Amino acid sequence: MTAHDVEPDNAVHPGKPVTVDRYTVGARINHWITAASLILLALSGLALFHPSLFFLSGLFGGGQFTRFIHPWIGVVLFFSFFGLFIRFWKANLWKREDGTWLARIRDVLANHEENVPEVGKYNAGQKFVFWAMSVLIVILISSGLVIWDQYFSAYTTVGQQRVALLVHAIAAVAIIGVWIIHAYSALWVRGTIPAMIRGSVTGGWAWRHHRKWLRELVTKPGGRSGSKPAE
Amino acid sequence: MFPPIANPSVTDVAPRFSEKDLVRRSASTVPAPAERLTEVAKLIDVSKCIGCKACQTACIEWNDTHPEVGVNAGVYENPPDLTPDMFTLMRFSEWENPETNNLEWLIRKDGCMHCEDPGCLKACPAPGAIVQYSNGIVDFVHENCIGCGYCIKGCPFNIPRISRVDHTAYKCTLCSDRVAVGQGPACAKACPTQAIVFGTKEEMKQHAEGRITDLKARGYANAGLYDPPGVGGTHVMYVLHHADQPELYSGLPKEPRISPLVEAWKGITKYAGLTVLGVAAGVGLLHHLVMGPNRVSDTDEENAERLVRSDRHDSA
Repeated sequence: MTAHDVEPDNAVHPGKPVTVDRYTVGARINHWITAASLILLALSGLALFHPSLFFLSGLFGGGQFTRFIHPWIGVVLFFSFFGLFIRFWKANLWKREDGTWLARIRDVLANHEENVPEVGKYNAGQKFVFWAMSVLIVILISSGLVIWDQYFSAYTTVGQQRVALLVHAIAAVAIIGVWIIHAYSALWVRGTIPAMIRGSVTGGWAWRHHRKWLRELVTKPGGRSGSKPAE
Repeated sequence: MFPPIANPSVTDVAPRFSEKDLVRRSASTVPAPAERLTEVAKLIDVSKCIGCKACQTACIEWNDTHPEVGVNAGVYENPPDLTPDMFTLMRFSEWENPETNNLEWLIRKDGCMHCEDPGCLKACPAPGAIVQYSNGIVDFVHENCIGCGYCIKGCPFNIPRISRVDHTAYKCTLCSDRVAVGQGPACAKACPTQAIVFGTKEEMKQHAEGRITDLKARGYANAGLYDPPGVGGTHVMYVLHHADQPELYSGLPKEPRISPLVEAWKGITKYAGLTVLGVAAGVGLLHHLVMGPNRVSDTDEENAERLVRSDRHDSA
C-alpha cells in the first residue's frame, strides 16, 4: 500500500530541477527541538559518565547545574520525540523491499544504490534509526526517572536504582551510537540536510534514494502541485 | 577499659593530615603520598551500648547540624532513619534468642563504616567530591559535590543522604577535623560506657580481642569482630555478641561488597562505551575518506524531470 509512505503535505513541484516537499514546518521544528535536546543530553550525560569528560559540565554552568538540568532536558526530548513518533511511525513500518535493501547494504555503502530495490519515504537504515531511537528513548526515560534522585529516589530501592544506572549508561552509549549513524548518513548522502532545513529535496535526490516514494507522489491525485484531481 | 583520649591542649596545633595525604580522590587521580599515616579506626562495642543516644547528640552538636524536631513514630529510633542532618543513628532490634529463650535488645550505632575500598567514592562522578586519606578516613568535600546521589548507589551500607537544602551528600566524617588535631570523634568522646573507642586500627583490633574473650567467657560463643573483608576492611568496626549473624543488628550486611552492578557500570561500561563511540565516529570518517560523498547526479535530476513530465502527459 502506498498510503503509508505518502503524507498529505508531501508534494512534487515540476521545474528544473524538480523539487519535492519532504517535511512540513511543524515536522522540522519538532525535529530540531529533538536534535538539540539529544545533543545537550549527550554532552551533559557524558560529563557524568566518564571522569575524563567531566569538563563538559562547564558548558552547563558546573556540576550542580548539569545534574539539575540533564533530567529536565530528558523530559523535553521524550515529549518532542513523541511528536516525531506520531508523525513518522507509519512511514517507518517494515516493508518487503527493506529486507532486500538491508541484505545489499554493502552496495549502499559502496555508493552503488542502483543495485538495491526502490524504496519508499524511508529506507531500511532510516527505519532502523527510527525504531532504535524509539525503543532507546523509552528505556532512557524510564531508567532515568528511577535515578532522578531529587524527585523519585523515594519510590524505588537502592538495588533497583543500581540496575537503572547500568541500563541507563548502556542505553545512552547505544543511542549516541545510533545518533552517529544518523548524523553521518545525513552528511554522507548529499542533499539530505536541506530536507530538514528547507523542507524540500530535489527530484534527483528523491529519484536516486527514494524512487518508490517519488513515483507514489507523482501518481497520487493532487500529489503534484498544479494538477487537480479529475473531476 | 581503653584509656580515653586526653582533652585537647589549648595551644594551636598544626593539622596532622591534609590534602597531601590523599590516597583516593573521586573521578580523578592523586599522586601516592610520600608516607602512609597510621590507620585509625573507631570500635563500637555493641555489647556495652546502653542506647542512650549521647553519641547522636554529640554528633549533632559537633557538626552543628539542625535535625528537625520529629514525631514519635512508635519506635526507639529517633529520627527513624539517617538524614542529611543526622550522620549517626542508634538502631534498635528486639530478638528472641532461640537457644536461651532470652529477649535480647540489640542496639547498633549506624553510620559510615569508612571502608578501605569505598563504594561511594567509586561511584562518584565529580572530581574531588569524595576523598580518602591514608589514615583510612573517607570524607565528602561539599564544594565539589554535585548532588547526583551516585554515592548512595555505590555504598554497600546505605549511608549517604542528599540534603534538600544545598543538594550535596552528607555522612559521618569520622570527625576528620577533630582527628586532624589529635582528638577522637565526638561520639566516642561522649559515650558514657566506652562502647565507642577510637585509636589506631591495630590498637582497636587488640582491644576488640580482649572484649571478645570476655564475651565468650560470658556465654556468647559466637562473639567476634566485624571488619568485613569484602570492602577491604573498615575503619569503623563492631564487636558483636552474635558475629555469625550480623543481620540481627538491624540488617548489618553479612558479606558487604560493592555491588557488581556498580562495578560493571564504573568499570567495563565506562571504557567499552567510549571505545564503541570512538570507533563508530572513526568508521564514519574512514568511510567518507574512502568512498566519498553520495551525490545526486545530473542523470538523476533528468530522470526525475522525465518522470514528472510523463505523468503530466498521462493524466492530461
